[in-house]
Amino acid sequence: MIVDKIKKRENKSIRPSNKVDIPAGKWMKCDGCKEILYKEAVKENNNVCPLCGYAFRMSSRRRIEQIVDEGTFEEFKLNIDTVNPLNLKEYDEKLKTLREKTNLEEAVICGIGQINSQKAVICVMDSNFFMGSMGSVVGEKLTYSIEKAISLKLPVIIFSASGGARMQEGIISLMQMAKVTEAVSKLDEAGLLYISVLTDPTYGGVTASFAMLGDIILAEPGAMIGFTGQRVIEQTIGESLPDGFQTSEFLLEHGFIDKIVERKMLKDTLSNLICLNRGSYGGENNNE
Amino acid sequence: MSSKSAWEKVEIARSQTRKTSLDYIEEIFDDFVELHGDRAYRDDPATVCGLARIGDKNFTIIAQQKGRNTKENVKRNFGMPNPESYRKAIRLMKQAEKFHRPIITFIDTKGGYPGIGAEERGQGEAIAKSMYEMSKLKVPIISIVIGEGSSGGALAISVANKIMMLENAIYSILSPEGYASILWKDSSRAQEAAEKMKLTAKDLYDFKIVDTIIKEDDLSFEEIAKDIKKKILLNITKLEKLGKEELVEQRYQKYRNIGEFKEFN
Repeated sequence: MIVDKIKKRENKSIRPSNKVDIPAGKWMKCDGCKEILYKEAVKENNNVCPLCGYAFRMSSRRRIEQIVDEGTFEEFKLNIDTVNPLNLKEYDEKLKTLREKTNLEEAVICGIGQINSQKAVICVMDSNFFMGSMGSVVGEKLTYSIEKAISLKLPVIIFSASGGARMQEGIISLMQMAKVTEAVSKLDEAGLLYISVLTDPTYGGVTASFAMLGDIILAEPGAMIGFTGQRVIEQTIGESLPDGFQTSEFLLEHGFIDKIVERKMLKDTLSNLICLNRGSYGGENNNE
Repeated sequence: MSSKSAWEKVEIARSQTRKTSLDYIEEIFDDFVELHGDRAYRDDPATVCGLARIGDKNFTIIAQQKGRNTKENVKRNFGMPNPESYRKAIRLMKQAEKFHRPIITFIDTKGGYPGIGAEERGQGEAIAKSMYEMSKLKVPIISIVIGEGSSGGALAISVANKIMMLENAIYSILSPEGYASILWKDSSRAQEAAEKMKLTAKDLYDFKIVDTIIKEDDLSFEEIAKDIKKKILLNITKLEKLGKEELVEQRYQKYRNIGEFKEFN
């Protein structure tokens, strides 16, 4: 629901734009410090500005390359495809265009992989595809992944990057929030670890469901995270919003996330947290 | 089934004269006692919670409450909950489980309030946590959509074993205005959006989200309330035959099966 607001946000300060990955050409401008950067240098630095630390949005594939040990990621093959439950002409067209442009089938990639040799179910949302919005296929893939983790007794890590529930599938998208939440509660009952990693942007029905339900919630620096998009809030209350509103730093200050982790530290932090969460007392799901 | 357009239903569902949760609670239940507060920050009047009975059967009630006049609407924030609403609901739902009481929720909201304070106090987390707690509850939950059910703010208290919906109520991912604004950058096309969004009781019944449609047309408020009361008792009797784990599993499967996609080999 927040998709267009995110796109239209002006970057007043060190806030991410909708530019994803690195633009074409050898040189690029940092949205944070506005310096001209050599593209390769940024790419080698995990899509983070080497000068100011600004984290550019990252595609799901790049994220998996960065987080998962090389050659260990096995994607779940669900063999399901998106349909058009409201028969919106523009939905079919946009799906087709996006698939050609991004070479992605949908807004999330799910599978099993190892993070510094720690095995986990890993789901990565992709803001390049329909602003990472959650419709039936995303909801089904996430639910399937969590159920798979329960049956294999593995921890779950979900990287959120989403404008929220996908408008084009209407009420069915809204219901995916409940569906994935139900699965998270089963995972909890099974005594398994769920780490939620919030990346830019995480909004709407994704924030208001699984993204905020991690045993541990991490976020990347400067990521925009909230329920309602900023333009809607501004229009409703008729005043402008305070600096830093809805950033990871804002959420940390208000007690809604556990930790802000820089991208270069994310892999080690995740594997460390998986290890530290192994209980020694009477637990059955210690993933040994 | 009525032949009203989706937009006509939107207008009926939003009408200032439409009966609110408290009207139904007073008509259906006896000895209603309202219980206040989330024990953390404040009491949010956009949600009314309490205990009541039908005959010798006790219930916990969680209801989204719009004002019945302007003054009351200001107090109740036009039925748009802040996070404290959901935290109050969670508190009383857990209490219902402790005392083995079934839960009845009434849905009637334009959505969670879009404000600075709401975000500061974790609107998203509060909605998520409410759904999460509901998915674990070992007592029967029935949700009744009586007016406007819009966005996560409505869904937050409607993760139920059975969902009923009034014939002229609506339930949608977002208001038609918001939908038109996002999809076509033009909120004045709300009427067109309403026709496309599949937000009527019949649409939701066809999607297998809603289990029962409550007839409204040509019926008085008392007759509608009487029908709801009958259906609450009927469904509770059925749900109480399930074991605690079966109840949780039935709720799980209800949502597990919602999704529209095609499978291929």
